Amino acid sequence: MAKRIEVSGLAAYYGKTRAIEDISMTIEPRQVTAFIGPSGCGKSTLLRTLNRMHELTPGARVEGKVLLDDDDLYGTDVDPVVVRRNIGMVFQRPNPFPTMSIFDNVAAGLKLNGVRRKAQLAEIVEKSLRGANLWNEVKDRLSRPGAGLSGGQQQRLCIARAIAVEPQVLLMDEPCSALDPISTLAIEDLIASLKGRYTIVIVTHNMQQAARVSDTTGFFNLAAQGQPGRLVEMDDTNKIFTNPAEKSTEDYITGRFG
Amino acid sequence: MTTDVIESGGGLDRSASRRVRRGDQIFRLASSGAGILLLAIMAAIAVFLIVKAIPALQKNSANFFTEKTWNPNAQPATFGIAALAFGTVLSSLLALVVATPIAIGVALFITHYTPRRISGLLGYVIDLLAAVPSVVYGLWGLAFLVPRIQSPEQWLQKHLGFIPLFGGDSVSGRSILTGSIVLAIMILPIIAAISREVFLQAPNAQAEAALALGATRWEMIRMAVLPFGRPGVVSAAMLGLGRALGETIAVAMVFPAAFTVSFRILTPTGNSIAANIANGFGESGPTGRGALIASGLVLFVITLVVNMAARLIIARRKEYSRAGA
Amino acid sequence: MTGISFARKLKDRLVFGLVCLAFIVAVAPLVSVLWMLVKNGMKRFDMNFFTHSMRNVGPLDNNGGAYHALLGTVEQVGIAAVIAIPIGLLTAVYLIEYGGNRRLGRVISFFVDVMTGVPSIVAGLFVLAFWVLGLGMGFSGFAGAMALSILMMPVVVRSAEEMLKLVPDELREASLALGVPKWRTIISVVLPTAFTGIITGIVLAIARVMGETAPLLLTVFGLDSINPNAFNGPQESLPLYIFQQAGMPNQPAIDRAWTAALALILIIMVLNLVARLLGWWRAPAKSR
Repeated sequence: MAKRIEVSGLAAYYGKTRAIEDISMTIEPRQVTAFIGPSGCGKSTLLRTLNRMHELTPGARVEGKVLLDDDDLYGTDVDPVVVRRNIGMVFQRPNPFPTMSIFDNVAAGLKLNGVRRKAQLAEIVEKSLRGANLWNEVKDRLSRPGAGLSGGQQQRLCIARAIAVEPQVLLMDEPCSALDPISTLAIEDLIASLKGRYTIVIVTHNMQQAARVSDTTGFFNLAAQGQPGRLVEMDDTNKIFTNPAEKSTEDYITGRFG
Repeated sequence: MTTDVIESGGGLDRSASRRVRRGDQIFRLASSGAGILLLAIMAAIAVFLIVKAIPALQKNSANFFTEKTWNPNAQPATFGIAALAFGTVLSSLLALVVATPIAIGVALFITHYTPRRISGLLGYVIDLLAAVPSVVYGLWGLAFLVPRIQSPEQWLQKHLGFIPLFGGDSVSGRSILTGSIVLAIMILPIIAAISREVFLQAPNAQAEAALALGATRWEMIRMAVLPFGRPGVVSAAMLGLGRALGETIAVAMVFPAAFTVSFRILTPTGNSIAANIANGFGESGPTGRGALIASGLVLFVITLVVNMAARLIIARRKEYSRAGA
Repeated sequence: MTGISFARKLKDRLVFGLVCLAFIVAVAPLVSVLWMLVKNGMKRFDMNFFTHSMRNVGPLDNNGGAYHALLGTVEQVGIAAVIAIPIGLLTAVYLIEYGGNRRLGRVISFFVDVMTGVPSIVAGLFVLAFWVLGLGMGFSGFAGAMALSILMMPVVVRSAEEMLKLVPDELREASLALGVPKWRTIISVVLPTAFTGIITGIVLAIARVMGETAPLLLTVFGLDSINPNAFNGPQESLPLYIFQQAGMPNQPAIDRAWTAALALILIIMVLNLVARLLGWWRAPAKSR
């Protein structure tokens, strides 16, 4: 299921502005990879290039290569829609579909892609909700609107929705930044339990979170104000947080700037 | 069963890519097609009005732009737009002069003089004014306004007759004044609704600053609300003008239908392009219909210019407020 | 502590008085119109009126009705809605979801504004020039419906556009990130989220064209008897009926005009009310 992502020579633009440049990295399967760095350094932009969400912004484009195992995501005959079916995403703010029930929210990706059989849907919905540690809390009110849940539950609902289509990679863009500490803890536990089945990439502002949940950490920074963001270093999370190779990484994680 | 979702573990499915693209292309084509159809309709309006107007204009023995009378069914056909265009513009401007200050007052009343809870309701009452069809206003004008307006008209003529607008030696219930009042009632809700929105958008911080300086409510409105709202009110008034210029049935029922160029709005003189089309259509032959279409073309152009000007003002204001932010 | 000067206070009070007066002056015609509608309209508000046409009704007869006009109005407005709603909705989808910033999108958006300002009589003249005279199809309810649809389209586009703008981008992204194609995202996520708002806009657009008279005068022409076929020959419509009856010199005709006007206003008010209730009953998945 889980696949390896290989990025080489990647640069992303908003119109004429280059947001990130010269990114090369390997993201290993069945691991959690965290992207950290100061605001505006392009972590989220990079994340959004990995499932081709970046190009939804008018004027945005990407140069370079992203391979999912051996498939080029930006190949000429590859549709972004198919890429996104394989690489799921969880957003900063929980965004369940307001017109749909809890059940329909989880089933949305399947239904909208043509799965119709009730029994099969019910089975996948239960599996996904269990996978997202939400089943016990919502099993009695699956037909209630998803928007009625608490923020943390909504975010877990969104994760259930993302894993229901059985992606190979799960991208998370600051998934806890809108949540309280207890909900954050629940999501972090969930990430740990999902790790065995998916390649997970998480962008976070919270260094403790990166240290807690990830196996590998990449640190991003701007060369200078107004310059595009770059990958400063990427290594084992333990190493990054105890003995980073670069001075700027150390400055950042010890709180001397950013 | 979606093979592309569940069984695509082997790689990115190319055939799924093609299927997705086809669906997107069809939907995109349909939606842009609808937009283009809309453009085509606008173009077709201009083209067909011109095409059908030309034969009648060729039969015209008078100058279309300077001739005042309208006899397209006579031999030879003699008709011109002068009196009609004059009456259209005069009555619409009068309506604008009457409606704009009242509409601004209404908008201020709703936004700054009533509590939130009932301001919504009052706004709805004003919107109802816009929901009443033109023909009902015409009927009301005919039954209510026309018989009652004659004595005020006489008074105006007697005491203010030295002003050309109120001059003349007779008055009529069916007059440009009556039509203008009906038009004013009809465009008032349009101007009031847009002004209301503009006034609500006025930055609260400035209003509070003014009040904190000890300004009375009116001083606050004059300092913080009206300057901000001016361009919006101007464009609202122009949209109202555009509506008044093209308004047909209500004025067709209360205008005097006489082809003259006169500023005397109390006398039984004057007509408008739209009213003339409605009233003259029934007894028109082929040339008569062509002539009416030609007059409609003139109306189309006039309203187009007024509306575009209003839109430009709105667009400029948007840029301005963006620069200010 | 010095109070506000008398002059300033007076000015403030004076403006308050003027603003109140403005509101009263604005509402007075509405009250007068409604009062006269009820007073004059009730005279003929009977079964005969709503079940009979004007066929074989003499100029002084105190009977005759508007059944044929009501039927015509329902058919014409219905056909107009069937034409205008898909075109308007798709155009709004194009402007918001596809081409808003492209040149074509900007041009379309500009001309939608221009179209909003097209006088109704000009829409009627266009259908007259194009369909009735140009193609020689003659007067018909369908011709009137085309003219009405031209008036409806920009209203539908603008209101649907506003509602689509309210749908948060996060929902579109959530759906696209699930690998749902854009067109399915629009149909299954965006449009349902904006649904009640769009319906409200459509109902208001219908209410607006319901009272249009001028374009129908030139395209539907008017008829005293029942013609259920909107595609063949002149028809009657309720606003047109009011205009024609009001133009007659006899009291029975004037009475019929008032009753028809009352009926028309009632229909429009019900439509407005429906739109209001729909707006109030937002969020379809509120509690089920």
